Amino acid sequence: MTLKNSTGPYFGDFGGRYVPESLIATLDDLTREWEDAKADPAFHRELDALLRDYVGRPTAITEVPRFAEHAGGARIILKREDLTHTGSHKINNVLGQALLTKRVGKTRVIAETGAGQHGVATATAAALFGLDCVIYMGEVDTERQALNVARMRLLGAEVIPVTTGSRTLKDAINEAMRDWVTNVGTTNYIFGTVAGPHPFPSMVRDLQKVIGEEARDQVISLTGRLPDAVTACVGGGSNAMGIFHAFLDDADVALYGFEAAGEGVDTPRHAATITKGRPGMLHGARSFLLQDDDGQTTESHSISAGLDYPGVGPEHAWLASIERARYRPVTDAAAMEALRLLSRTEGIIPAIESAHALAGTIELGRELGPDAVVLVSLSGRGDKDMETAGTYFNLIDEGAEQS
Amino acid sequence: MTGVAETLRARREAGEGALIGYLPIGFPTFDESIDAAVGIAQSGVDIIELGVPYSDPVMDGLVIQAATQRALAEGFRLSHAFEAVRRITAECDADVLLMTYWNPVVQYGVERFADDLIDAGGAGLITPDLVPDEGAEWIAASARTGLDRVFLAAPSSSDDRLAQAVETSRGFVYAVSTMGITGARTDIDTAARSLVSRLRDAGAENACVGLGISTPEQVREVLEYADGAIVGSALVKALADGGVPAVGELAAQLATGTTRTRHDLKGSR
Repeated sequence: MTLKNSTGPYFGDFGGRYVPESLIATLDDLTREWEDAKADPAFHRELDALLRDYVGRPTAITEVPRFAEHAGGARIILKREDLTHTGSHKINNVLGQALLTKRVGKTRVIAETGAGQHGVATATAAALFGLDCVIYMGEVDTERQALNVARMRLLGAEVIPVTTGSRTLKDAINEAMRDWVTNVGTTNYIFGTVAGPHPFPSMVRDLQKVIGEEARDQVISLTGRLPDAVTACVGGGSNAMGIFHAFLDDADVALYGFEAAGEGVDTPRHAATITKGRPGMLHGARSFLLQDDDGQTTESHSISAGLDYPGVGPEHAWLASIERARYRPVTDAAAMEALRLLSRTEGIIPAIESAHALAGTIELGRELGPDAVVLVSLSGRGDKDMETAGTYFNLIDEGAEQS
Repeated sequence: MTGVAETLRARREAGEGALIGYLPIGFPTFDESIDAAVGIAQSGVDIIELGVPYSDPVMDGLVIQAATQRALAEGFRLSHAFEAVRRITAECDADVLLMTYWNPVVQYGVERFADDLIDAGGAGLITPDLVPDEGAEWIAASARTGLDRVFLAAPSSSDDRLAQAVETSRGFVYAVSTMGITGARTDIDTAARSLVSRLRDAGAENACVGLGISTPEQVREVLEYADGAIVGSALVKALADGGVPAVGELAAQLATGTTRTRHDLKGSR
């Protein structure tokens, strides 16, 4: 059985296109253009050159033995997406979709953002390609990620705080979809994760799978074998699909996605969609989601804006349903502890999102023991999270000037 | 011929077009939303499009979002939708279609939803985020129960997709007047006229136009070529601003746009 070749629109019982008819023609166009681009060597040459010269790929892998002492002594290897230009894996996807935007002749791009990383990446690509750029961001997120709002504006993007619903990522996506329905003639929606209607889940996966393809070779070079487990945090799930994809058909490699458990999965304040949700439609696809009995989406919570999302990509829902990948919850507290631990043992400050993968890996390493090799997607760096971390750990001196 | 198609045919035979009015359930309160729906029916609305509040209404503009969010905050539950249909159809003759995003129907159970809707006296569903391609379960449930199913057609839809919308819809096809979301507009896009013409070519007997219609003049203009004019945000705004009396008054004004002359009728069909 090959799992790697699934292209959508359906992943098992998940995926599809649950969108207004007004968007279907554009989704059809995008699907066709993406298939053409994938088959066009010139497109790949241009994208590969950007990934090499602009993003800084391939990114390194780094073994972290001092951190691993706290994880049962297993060999732990980080895939360093935090070292990319703009500081997270989001740029991989955005450059591909920005090239596609040029290819379809559109001049304006829109995007949603939670933590701001996808928004920053999109604003960056828009600056690079000379595209008009509007970023929708929940008002709550604009407050907790103020630095990224400033970055996007400096890059020339217009940032629109979304004040409807829960005022987080979910509502930013709703607002971006409304913009797209209205301005579809001129505008391409650069979607940030492996969710949404077809072709986004497979297109974003295709643009992120470079993470796992590089890492698979790098780990084999370093250790002489495949890892026992590959781990990543999962919000919508793009860095996780990116690193999982190359290993899907390696049956001996276990795949673990770590969801945000917020204050705990037995409280109402979490974002553990696969752990606690059930199948339904949100943002154009059938997948797991957090919802009440009536099918109203419920509000998620995570200390990490990038994981604070009540849905998840349909390919993850499928991998969970066939038990190819396992999904476990990680609390805010465990993630913050792992963030501090990696900082102090290895001198690497991870994004709070990525810290969920680290926290899950600590537990997993203890289960697997010292002979195990675990590859972790370190999806982003923690610079954007300094205010949250500073407050959480009480690191900022009283009376000090804060921006 | 089913419920709303019968109504549209009767209006056509009377030399007129139909006025279709949208109001959300539970806004500003549950009881007032019933009174408002009955009120617009008594003021000349032929078919009521009753909106089911939903947490993520991607097809709706600010006016309807604000109303449905308030309804949710006030405790709207899906069971209220059937109660609303039952009370409205008991008090007036208008057909009642529910306008609902798809996930609530799926979570309730598509077959169970269809059974409870027909028991309550409802005519069918308008499904803004369900395209026929994904609609097999609903097509089967509506075929079994005889409920109307209204799919959307957009100016951007291909000829093949329009043919599919015509073939799978029952009652009417909802022609989206412009590329966009709900909300009053000063001009109804010329795209609407062309879309309805393409739907006729694809075999549509009934095509109703919605999005952006807010005045009697716009109703009259749309009914030159379409079988029904759908008004939403303007009614919701009137209800928000002036309560049940104001929304009834606006409905009566809009209804003056539904009378066509024989000449218009001949020219348009």
